[in-house]
Amino acid sequence: MDLQTTLRDDMLIVSAMEDRIDAAIAIQFKDRMRALVQHPAPRVVLDLSRVRFLDSSGLGAVVAVMKLLGPARRLELACLTPTVQKVFRLTRMDSVFTIHAALPEGLRDAG
Amino acid sequence: MQARPTRSAQDAARRLHLVIPAEAGSVRRALQAAGDTVLLRGLSEDARGTAEIVIAEALNNIVEHAYAGGAGEIELSLRRGGDKLSVLITDRGQPMPGSSLPDGPLPQADAVNLPEGGFGWFLIRCLSQDLRYCRAKGRNHLFFRLDVTSDQKQSA
Repeated sequence: MDLQTTLRDDMLIVSAMEDRIDAAIAIQFKDRMRALVQHPAPRVVLDLSRVRFLDSSGLGAVVAVMKLLGPARRLELACLTPTVQKVFRLTRMDSVFTIHAALPEGLRDAG
Repeated sequence: MQARPTRSAQDAARRLHLVIPAEAGSVRRALQAAGDTVLLRGLSEDARGTAEIVIAEALNNIVEHAYAGGAGEIELSLRRGGDKLSVLITDRGQPMPGSSLPDGPLPQADAVNLPEGGFGWFLIRCLSQDLRYCRAKGRNHLFFRLDVTSDQKQSA
């Protein structure tokens, strides 16, 4: 599970470099994220622009990461592809997460 | 590219049959392979995404519950007929508890209690039609249909 991080002001951006977050990789994703979010950045943004597919196990792992952040921080999501967006919309998880259509200005090239 | 598709090419555009080891990595590879076939490439992006979600959830359930992590095989058959994709999935794992499919309600989220699981059957029920299950001759049979549209409208 390849996750790349970029630090920008108060924001830790984690870019998932895989095209799938599914049952085969969900536990690994959660474990890697657990280590990365030890960083004290007040905001954590998960860049899903390369993730073409996410199943319910992947969705559960993203929810678990949100819980790992504790009460003071929330997990924000960015750049959902159509099928990933569909899973979040149908399960109403799009109302639980702050979802950005794009990474904030300049971030895409910052790393 | 072919001016006159052969019978087998026409068949490939309508049918797909895969036998998959009941293991998460194999399910992933099977879904990727299926997504590359003439049959699924012929669907719109939206329909292909829906098919991948529903089939993935059904296969994952078999790996996690019917075989419960043990070894086994899953057979996946897809058949396109017009605007419907028929899907039949069979396995030799444990039967569904109570011989019926879970209701799959949407797990409720509130401020302090976010669900991490239970979305699988909800998604299957949300996106499929004519969902049926039976146990016959030591096999689970799960059948459903999906509404599909083609990638491009025929101009002629």
